[in-house]
Amino acid sequence: MSGHHVVPVRVYLAVFAALMVFTAITVAAAFVDLGALNNVVMLAIAVAKATLVVMFFMHVRYSTRLIPVVVFGGVFFLLVMFGITMSDYVSRGFLGAGSAWPRPWAP
Amino acid sequence: MSHGHSSALAHHFDSLEQQREASTLGMWLFLVQEVMFFGGLFMTYMLYRWRDPEAFAAGSHDLNITLGLLNTVVLIASSLTMAMAVHSAQTSRRRPLIGYLTATGVLGLAFLVVKYFEYSAKWEHHLVPGPLFHFSEPAIGGRAEVFFSLYFAMTGMHALHMVIGIALLAWILRGAVRGRFDASYYNPVENFGLYWHFVDIVWIFLFPMLYLIGRHYHGGA
Repeated sequence: MSGHHVVPVRVYLAVFAALMVFTAITVAAAFVDLGALNNVVMLAIAVAKATLVVMFFMHVRYSTRLIPVVVFGGVFFLLVMFGITMSDYVSRGFLGAGSAWPRPWAP
Repeated sequence: MSHGHSSALAHHFDSLEQQREASTLGMWLFLVQEVMFFGGLFMTYMLYRWRDPEAFAAGSHDLNITLGLLNTVVLIASSLTMAMAVHSAQTSRRRPLIGYLTATGVLGLAFLVVKYFEYSAKWEHHLVPGPLFHFSEPAIGGRAEVFFSLYFAMTGMHALHMVIGIALLAWILRGAVRGRFDASYYNPVENFGLYWHFVDIVWIFLFPMLYLIGRHYHGGA
């Protein structure tokens, strides 16, 4: 594989256009009440934008196999941190009355 | 210069190809570490937002969505000019390289200027956490302070990365002006580009998380 891959300019312009379209969609969606789906839409669009930047602007799509392993390995362990931490906090109230992290303002 | 074929090739590498991949890998390892660093802040945000979504929604209503959107566009545009700068280096075109690097720096500075106006507005509206903090919605009150602490910690860390990025950019630009980079050697330009795009990605997540999520709760008021 040639590491000296010169990405055509039109690819960069297309990625930029896609990022702008995603940005417009995410701002428009913020003003529409989709309930819990709002969070999902925002995060999905942010992940899609980040993936475009990583793959094309950061050339991961054109690199040898080693680079994506490092990149997605890092993201995987980030998700492990999120998952384990949240499963702890969310499950704290499961066993008994009250929460281990009270919300004094809640009724 | 034991190999004798290129002045850019360090003696412990077999080829420019291998040298380039080693340098890219090293940069990515640094960036993955940066992902974990910002990951801690995102983790904190997630936890406290889960605990008190109303206060986060109320807090995000006091952020200026227009300025946040403007900065998103500015930063994504700066990623495009940065990608074009790397492209220019790869094709040994020095003048476009200098031009695109300068454009990237100008857009980066524009981002920081907008951020300055946002921060000073927050200061005037007593939304900076501390003894002067005052939130106008009585039902929320001091609970919004957590949101604004995270707002300043996350955007502040991001802005610090921008400041460092602009300083590094000045150094890369100096090298470009002196003709150090061409198709045979452009690792510093490529690696700086990776850093710049990473900082862009952090903002791609910060913008919806701080400005947009929860915006619909009070009917977009």
